[in-house]
Amino acid sequence: MQGNRACCEGALAAGCDFFGGYPITPSTEIAEMMALKLPKAGGTFIQMEDEIASMGAIIGASWTGARSMTATSGPGFSLMMENIGYAVMTETPCVVVNIQRGGPSTGQPTMSAQGDMMQCRFGPHGDVATIAVVPSTVQEMYELTAKAFNLADRFRVPTFVMSDETIGHMREKIVIPEKVDIVPRKPLLKGKLPFEADEDGVPGFAEFGRGHRVHVTGLTHDERGYPDTTDPEVHEKLVKRLYNKVESKRHEIADYDAVNTDAETVFITYGPCSRTVRQVLHDHPDECIGHLNLRIVWPFPEETLKIFANAKTFIVPELNLGQMVREIARHTTGEEVLSMPKIGGHIHTPAELYAAVEARK
Amino acid sequence: MTTRVFEKWYREDRLPHIFCTGCGNGTVMNCAIKAVEEMHWEIDDTIFVSGIGCSSRAPGYMSTDSLHTTHGRALTFATGVKMANPDLNVVVFTGDGDASAIGGNHFIHACRRNIDMTVICMNNMIYGMTGGQGSPCTPVGKISTTTPYGATEPVFDLAELAVAAGANHVARWTSYHTKELTRAIETGLATEGLSFIEAMVQCPTAYGRRNKFRKATDQVEWMRTHAILLQKVRRLEEEGKPIPEEHFAVGEFVHRQRPAMGVRR
Ligand SMILES: Cc1ncc(C[n+]2csc(CCOP(=O)(O)OP(=O)(O)O)c2C)c(N)n1
Ligand code: SF4
Ligand SMILES: [Mg+2]
Repeated sequence: MQGNRACCEGALAAGCDFFGGYPITPSTEIAEMMALKLPKAGGTFIQMEDEIASMGAIIGASWTGARSMTATSGPGFSLMMENIGYAVMTETPCVVVNIQRGGPSTGQPTMSAQGDMMQCRFGPHGDVATIAVVPSTVQEMYELTAKAFNLADRFRVPTFVMSDETIGHMREKIVIPEKVDIVPRKPLLKGKLPFEADEDGVPGFAEFGRGHRVHVTGLTHDERGYPDTTDPEVHEKLVKRLYNKVESKRHEIADYDAVNTDAETVFITYGPCSRTVRQVLHDHPDECIGHLNLRIVWPFPEETLKIFANAKTFIVPELNLGQMVREIARHTTGEEVLSMPKIGGHIHTPAELYAAVEARK
Repeated sequence: MTTRVFEKWYREDRLPHIFCTGCGNGTVMNCAIKAVEEMHWEIDDTIFVSGIGCSSRAPGYMSTDSLHTTHGRALTFATGVKMANPDLNVVVFTGDGDASAIGGNHFIHACRRNIDMTVICMNNMIYGMTGGQGSPCTPVGKISTTTPYGATEPVFDLAELAVAAGANHVARWTSYHTKELTRAIETGLATEGLSFIEAMVQCPTAYGRRNKFRKATDQVEWMRTHAILLQKVRRLEEEGKPIPEEHFAVGEFVHRQRPAMGVRR
């Protein structure tokens, strides 16, 4: 199955019932497949006039209780930023798939890249915290897309599937589970205000049309949802809660594989680069080469670095000029951090990566 | 019907509101509420959506579920709401800048799709919220902070734009013509497909003050005397006669039954 198709299948299995999108290579197959499948599954597909509109539509749909999603690539992702920030501020669950291609600008429409990793973290203006999953196989594309819906609903944040052209267009055999876990959105309980958080920092959801009479605004608001834009305390309380409800749960949210945890040289990768590292480990079974494959990169699971207690060097191959490596370096305590950037559309070869290991012997 | 009936549609705990004394937006809000009440719509089935601007603050004062979104994008959010749940009644409040500048693309596409919702544009011919910059509806020669020597660009005729783009029901009235405006909104609410109601409103603070209207009522009076019934405008056009300067057409521009999207199941 193709990666982009697996994304649709995972979404449908997770109960996605609204898709608003705009075609863009290399994500277009997702919109096409949703156009084909969603109406038959009882959902709604709509092709919007641009990506700003797509993002608006999925937020609107989400407030009616829909599990909503869009898919795009670099230029469209850039257009979505203002409304993504709106989804953060209004705590609107939604899933945004970015099948990354070479940028900046129109760049390389048909080539693979991971250049939007920081944009998905810091793209909207203001302080935000969101969740990003990254698949390294078609199987993971299916599973992580489904998981993204649960995370979006659980934390009431836009959740990104930060894939890329390689995985999106790759064909691999996958095993479709009989059932995908669906964790529904926590509803607003009687007596609670619509933006009054529970212990976990997340308020119950006041779905439209259910008599909650909720006012939703991107302005700084109080627990009733009413604008209060000049009181520093109201703003600080709100934005810190929106930030901490995700960041303080990074341990719980973390999803990764850690291999050869006693290694001194450790690769840290996400997405297609994880495949190349797996090949390196496969080609050198007698050597203790560590590998951390991150399936969730935001919130960054900094605790995972400590799993590699003997690590002297972290090697970070990425399809960009070095983005996640900065986050990794921020959390290391004296270990060498080697960035292996690569842009242009091709992924690293196993030999390139192994050379970095050899150089450290 | 007494005003008491309408009170339930407003959030008393949000008062005082942000509108300036003499602003025309409140009048349009009252007309809209009167219309939904006449339609016997339920508060809990009705969703008010808006973008950003003074006009877009309207939903925040209404006791329904409401979505105050980003500048220019209200129609995209409203499209999501209505397409995901056609059983909800959706009304959008927008401003001239919100609908026709930053949101122009969404505006024509929402009309083209003819989604079953009512869009009420409070056209004060200016960017009110940001202090009086020129909008695509600021008439040639009029003063704004970004047209200090008088606006030079041709304006959008929002009603004609909505007709051309495909909306099923299009009307324009002013904050002076409250009865006609209310009736036009009511017809809009009852029409399947997109209804676009342009409500010309006075903005004493950001427009009137700079354009020789000493009081808010002077601008209302100007609207009364400069509004010409659409039928008369059409007649003048047929006769090849010019429309008097600074005058504008009011009335029902179109009422038709093109296929609509997002209609109640
Ligand atoms: C993306 C973006 N650009 C600019 C603004 C600033 N802004 C807020 S309201 C507004 C103009 C509103 O004018 P209009 O839609 O006519 O509404 P009015 O206030 O006149 O009712 C602008 C430019 C914004 N909020 N967002
Ligand atoms: S600035 Fe103009 S439109 Fe805004 S509230 Fe004041 S009078 Fe009304
Ligand atoms: Mg205006």
